[in-house]
Formats: sequence, C-alpha cells, structure tokens
Amino acid sequence: MENAVHTHQLTKKFGSFIATDAITFDVAQGEIFGFLGANGAGKTTAMRMLCGLLKPSSGEATVAGFDVYRQSEKIKQNIGYMSQRFSLYEDLTVRENIRFYGGIYGLRRADIPVKTDQILRKLGIETVADSLVASLPLGWKQKLAFSVALIHEPKIVFLDEPTGGVDPITRRQFWDLIYEAAHGGTTVFVTTHYMDEAEYCHRVSIMVDGKMKALDTPSGLKTAYNVDSMDAVFQILARGTSTK
Amino acid sequence: MNRFIAFVKKEFFHILRDRRTLLILFGLPLVQVLLFGFALTNEIKNAGIAILDNDKSPHSQQITNKLLASGYFQLRENLRSNGDIERAFRKGTIKLAVVFPAGFTENYEHGRSAQIQLLADATEQNTAISLTNYATAIIRDYTTDLNPTVQPPLTIDVRSRMVFNPELKGAFVFVPGVMAMVLLLVSALMTSVTIARERETGTLEVLMVSPLSQGQILLGKVVPYLFLSFLNGCIIIALGVFVLKVPLNGSLVLLLSETLLFIFLSLSIGIFISSIVDTQLVAMFASLMALLLPTIFLSGFMFPIESMPRPLQLVSNLIPAKYFISIVKGIMIKGAGLRYLWQPTLVLVGMSVLSMGLSLRNLKTRLS
Repeated sequence: MENAVHTHQLTKKFGSFIATDAITFDVAQGEIFGFLGANGAGKTTAMRMLCGLLKPSSGEATVAGFDVYRQSEKIKQNIGYMSQRFSLYEDLTVRENIRFYGGIYGLRRADIPVKTDQILRKLGIETVADSLVASLPLGWKQKLAFSVALIHEPKIVFLDEPTGGVDPITRRQFWDLIYEAAHGGTTVFVTTHYMDEAEYCHRVSIMVDGKMKALDTPSGLKTAYNVDSMDAVFQILARGTSTK
Repeated sequence: MNRFIAFVKKEFFHILRDRRTLLILFGLPLVQVLLFGFALTNEIKNAGIAILDNDKSPHSQQITNKLLASGYFQLRENLRSNGDIERAFRKGTIKLAVVFPAGFTENYEHGRSAQIQLLADATEQNTAISLTNYATAIIRDYTTDLNPTVQPPLTIDVRSRMVFNPELKGAFVFVPGVMAMVLLLVSALMTSVTIARERETGTLEVLMVSPLSQGQILLGKVVPYLFLSFLNGCIIIALGVFVLKVPLNGSLVLLLSETLLFIFLSLSIGIFISSIVDTQLVAMFASLMALLLPTIFLSGFMFPIESMPRPLQLVSNLIPAKYFISIVKGIMIKGAGLRYLWQPTLVLVGMSVLSMGLSLRNLKTRLS
C-alpha cells in the first residue's frame, strides 16, 4: 500500500536559518502520526510544506501520492487541515460553518444538508445548530472544527496543535474522534506538545532544532531510552537532560 | 463556481451580522453628504452687515436696499458714527460695514469721484474677500443701471459669468469630493480590515489550505464590497441630485461605470494594505492615514491643487481621488463624455492594475 506521506531529505531554509533540516520519514495510511517538538523546532514549518502552504527549499515529499512541488492543488483536494486556532467563523452559526466548508471543498449541494445532520448527530449538538459558534464552549468548537476538517472525507488530516487550551477530559474525548477517523482509514498527522497525547499516537517523531531526532512507536521509544513515559523521552532528546 | 458562491455568501453573513460595519457602510456616506451639503458650506448667505449712512440720500438708501435684497446680506445695525464700526466688529455680529461718507450724493451728481467704503472682518479671510466682491458688484450694478447710456470714455467693461455653476453652489464641489472620500474609505477600509481579521483569527490559513485558489479568495473578498460600495455610490449620487440639487448633465451610465472603476481601485488598495499589515487595528489606521488624509487635503476636494506648493502638487498626482473627482465633476456638472475624460479614466485603470498586481504578489509571499 502506498504511503500517505513520504518525505526524503526535506529541507526548508529561511535565509541562513534552517527551519527544517533534511527530514526523512513515511506515514502509512490510517496511521496516527504524532509530530512532537518544542516551539520553534520546525514542526509547523514541516507541516506547512506538506499542506502546500510553503515551498520546500530542497528534498522531496509526496502527500497522498502527489508531489508537493508540482501538485499542490491536487494535495489540497485530498487533505483536511485544522489549525490551533480552530478555524471556525465565530459570527456564523454551526450550520452555516458546516455549509461554508462543505461549499469550499466542493461538496454537492444536495450532500451538504445530509452531511450537516451527520455531524450534528455525531457530536450531539443538534440543539445549537443555529446558534453562533461564538456562543459554544471551547470543547465543542474544537470537535466541530475537527469534523469540519473531515467534511470532504480527505485521505489525510493535518492537525496543528488541535488541543491547545482545553482540559484533559475534553482532550480525551477529542482523541476518541481521532481514533474513529483513523479507524475509518483516514491518516492523522498531528502536532502537539502535550506528552500524554503522544502516548495515544501509533508512532511519534521528535523534532529538535529542525532535525528529526527520533521516530518510533511510543513503547519503542520508551524502551530504547529506558524510561517509563514519553515525557522522559522528550526531556532526554529535546533538553539533553535525563529526569531519571 | 459553487465554491466561490459559498465563499461570497459567507462574506455577506459577516457584513450583515456586524452592526458596526453596516453602520459605517451606510451611515457614513449619509452623514457626510448631508453634513457637507448643508452644514459645512462656504457659500455666503445672510451675512450680518452694518450701515453707516452719513449721506442720508435717496442714493445711499437705494444702494442699501439693493444690497439687502441680494440675499447675501442681512442688516444688523444702523451705525451713527465712525467709532461704532469697530465696536460692531468686536461684537462679532457683523462681517461687513458699508460707509457712505457725507457728500456722497453731491460728489456723485457732480461727476466727481464718489466713494463708498467697505470694511470687512478679515479674521475669516475667504469670507471677507467674497463679501467685498459681492458688495462691489452690486454697487457697480447700481451705477450702470442708473446711467445706462453714459459710457465713460475708454473704459474696459468686464463681464464675468460663472460657467457651469452660476449660483456658485458649494454642493457642486462637495458631492464629488464626498463621493470619492466615502467610496475610497469604505471600500479600502472594509476590505483591508476583513482580510486582516481572517489573518488574526487564523481562518486565512485554513482558506489557503483549502482548494480555493488565491484568486478566488481575493475575488470573494472583493465582490461583496464591490456590490455594497456600488449601492453606496448610487445613494450618494441620488442624494446629490435630489436633495442637494447637483445637476446630472452627462451620462448616468458613464458615471456609474466610472464609479465602479473607482470602487474596484479602492478595493484593490484595501487588499494591498491588508497584504502588508497583520492586525485589524493597523489595517484601520493605515487606511485612515494613508487614504483619508491625503484624499481630503491633496485631492483638490478642500484646497485647490493649483495653489499648493510644487512638491505637493506632484504628490497630488498620486491621489486616486483627484482623478475621480475631476471625472465626476466633468460628467455631472459639465456634461462631459469619455472623449474628454479618457485621461483620468486611464490613470484610474492603471492604478487598479498596479495595486491589484502588487497585492497579489505580496499576499502570495506573505502567506507562504
């Protein structure tokens, strides 16, 4: 089976600053791939290159089988994206937001009401369908943003720190949605700096100063570094210190 | 196409849900036109004057009557002595004093030089000049009416006529000026703020990742405001024509097309601003400082360009409103067609292409 994401020596330079330094990895279809790193480690830059927002300086990368240099339009059709700021319009109602994203992703007009009902029912938010998004609690907004990012059934969904600012219980519920999507065959590419979330991923990569320092399953990493939590792995790699 | 429609629909939701935006959009032009049309006028009506008649003759009486009948002046005081003049000015009730010296009639009827003194309050210099001009003209009329046949030898007879605006109505200047100002401000301000807002909330990023092309995003931002600004332009024209009685001597179709062109230019300037700023607040300030002030001061709207120092005159060539104002004046008041207006029109087209091109390029580099 073809990989959902493939990169080889992917590099992005801003002037003399190397934001992403020759990273090479593959993400399998249906995988939940965690992309970890401190702020400024280059994870956002890497993600933006994969989404077609940034042109790489060198190296190669394909997303859903399409080349990031030449086929960014094709890539955009096949990916979903949720930013850390949730990307919903607060002055639009829930229904209008769904309709808007359905519209710009080219869903057929007849399909949009069906899809809207599906999402509302799944999230259990039928009662607020016609309320402004601004009035929703943060956790609901977040789930809605995720569902909206999946509205066109993309092969891969990119989540850029999707759980910022929400409590652990809501975060756990959010991950249930992620598992459900992955179970349905969607590849999930997620950046985070919450180490408890890293444990939920099938595989995680850890970026430090633009370089990919580690890539394995959470248990594999813990065994390799002989520690009992992802947090400890991260401490060793990112800060060069051991908490043992 | 469906994608684009979904996007435009969303933009209309934003605009219609935001009361403040709506207020700016439709309140501003209304207030501006009415303010400039009625309150802020430099026309002279019923200026207070005082008469010091030391002659007390039929001539002085008739000249006084003629002055007062003109509508420009209103008698506030009959003075008794020269000393009263200064006092009357100090009080501030009068703008002009007319003094008939003793022996005025005698001098006049004996063919000697008869003098009338006009004193004007020059703390407002423009008003003072206008008032003395009006009074002089009225007095001159009186003498010619009195002696229609007597032509003093070898005098040059100056006959002036105010072409296009015989009543010297200020609305003729203000309506095109306000139109340029409001359209520029509303269109540029609104678009720059709306794009900055998407940048601030992070939704712009999501739009960029979506299959919408950059052109579609920009156009989707422009279309609703193009529509609303055009509506605005029509409201201003209607107010000008029906309420302020500005004539519409030229083609309405041409006027509306030029208005559309100017709106398009303003919108692309708005996009350009939003492509170089980060927040709504900065976008708003940039629009106000970079557009409103130059438009008011340098477009010829308030101050004649011809009397500016040379460097400012050169700068005024960069102000889009300058060209639009001359086009609107040309069409509405002079009834000119495209044959006379192709030059400023071409400048506006050029400016639109330039700012649209620049902002497209900027936005591209900024987003990536």
